[in-house]
Amino acid sequence: MEKQNLKAFLYLLPALIFLGLFLVYPLIDVFVYSFEEGYSSASQSFFGVGDYNYSYVLHDPYFTRALINTVVLVLVTVPVSTGLALMISCALVRIRKLRSLFQTLYFLPYVTNTLAVGMVFMVLFKTTPYSEGVVNMLIRLVGGTGVDFIDGPWWAKMFVLCFYTIWIVMPFKILILTSALASVNPVYYDVARVDGTSPGRIFRRVTLPLISPSVFYLVITGFIGAFKAYSDAVALFGTNLNAAGMNTLVGYVFDMLYRDGGGYPSYASAAAIILFAIVLTITVINLLVSRKHVHYS
Amino acid sequence: MKFLRKIKPLTWVLLVLWALVVLFPFYWMVLTSVKDYGAYNAEYVPSFFTLSPTLENYVQVFTEVDLGRYLLNTLIFTVITTGLMVFVTILAAFAFARMQFRGKNLLFTAFLALMMIPSELVVITNFQTITEWNMRNTFLGLILPSVTSVFYIYLLRETFAQVPDSLYYAAKVDGTSDWRYLWKVMVPICRPTVVTITILKVIECWNLYIWPSLITDDPKYFLVSNGIQEIRESGFGRANIPAMMAAVVVISIPLIVLFLIYRRQIMSGVARGGTKG
Repeated sequence: MEKQNLKAFLYLLPALIFLGLFLVYPLIDVFVYSFEEGYSSASQSFFGVGDYNYSYVLHDPYFTRALINTVVLVLVTVPVSTGLALMISCALVRIRKLRSLFQTLYFLPYVTNTLAVGMVFMVLFKTTPYSEGVVNMLIRLVGGTGVDFIDGPWWAKMFVLCFYTIWIVMPFKILILTSALASVNPVYYDVARVDGTSPGRIFRRVTLPLISPSVFYLVITGFIGAFKAYSDAVALFGTNLNAAGMNTLVGYVFDMLYRDGGGYPSYASAAAIILFAIVLTITVINLLVSRKHVHYS
Repeated sequence: MKFLRKIKPLTWVLLVLWALVVLFPFYWMVLTSVKDYGAYNAEYVPSFFTLSPTLENYVQVFTEVDLGRYLLNTLIFTVITTGLMVFVTILAAFAFARMQFRGKNLLFTAFLALMMIPSELVVITNFQTITEWNMRNTFLGLILPSVTSVFYIYLLRETFAQVPDSLYYAAKVDGTSDWRYLWKVMVPICRPTVVTITILKVIECWNLYIWPSLITDDPKYFLVSNGIQEIRESGFGRANIPAMMAAVVVISIPLIVLFLIYRRQIMSGVARGGTKG
């Protein structure tokens, strides 16, 4: 078959233009920015080249705060949401009646606007002089003391952020795990049952190894997604996350770039590159660990 | 099967509990949105139902704040961005699936590698680029960097590649041009995938927050995400929660309706590689 070099090039041209301008060039440029010292958006000039931007970011207390918040968020939400999704998916594949109704319901958070629904969570958790808030009412009913989850102590704010993040990521995890569980060949279960294996052992020795690729996929995407958390925090605590003490790494990058105290693309670039160095390292560690525990058939 | 029977009640408890956790925020936003402002402020302990629902709040979100404009902006943005994305994606996927050219495999591998670039990393330069082009607070500035999606090119190429070659040669014998063949044969055959990527892109556009929040500070160009943030921080006086919830309901309804219509396509599309959060 004859080559269609020119024609193929024309078909690819629009995609190449868009990708080149808004994906490839920016990727290179972000590294350039991160080494340009004293760059100012206003004058578009810089003093010199070096690693000052990185050291500035690493010594910035706001960055440390954002790093701690993000790490806590990752360490809490990834295991909890994956475990919970696993339990719910196991329950889902066990029932026949109403299964599709439940699946539809569980998927709803995926199609909601993070910012808009975040405000509902804020209302639920917030307590003001005029209104106690639903969550605090429930806490009082079971005999606890209420706390303002939106303007209160750090742990309370962190709890809401984790809760909302888990609520948002569950649909995707349930979807993936339910289809993985549904595709397990029932013959395996029959054989195990004939051998008199206990249900717990069947789960650990048969089900889990068979769906381990999906679980692992969710852990990796979960880590990456949680490290990039930002919109959910804005939805709960407003745009001034530094003041609320609830900033995340991505939030730090964008605050540096644009918001109050912004206009420092170099610091933003350095922070972004640090963030993705962390994400890359953790993904590689995940991949190495998975070699031992994940069974691809 | 004995062990299954023992677990059954627990299974249902878990499923119903999680359904409540998922649905409660939706219930609460609808409930609060029909509560009267005065009545809402009078109840220190929140009440789980209301006997005198009002639509007053829904009138307010369209008269006192610019929600109508935000919705219209988002609609314009979503339609143009999605349209452009589908057009660009179809062309590129066709070239990769059907045409022979030098460097094809190398270029396709490069495309796949691009899928791994996190958008947060490129936003910084894109922000600078759009600012330099004087496109802040314009639709063009909002749309241009949001068009490309390497993943959709990959997804559509895989579907295009499954269309039998014989169809292409038959069309060639009839003297059909590549262009005509693409739009009259390929696209109609692969319609389910085209519909899936269109819907996924619509969801993505509707919920986009970071880019519009960076590139627009003029409320005339706000999309719903930063519009609702604006309403929260300065509209209504911060205490009018019922009116805010009415705005949240209005923003949420279009996507929920879309989801209920295209449930199957959306869920299978997301399972094939969409992620959020």
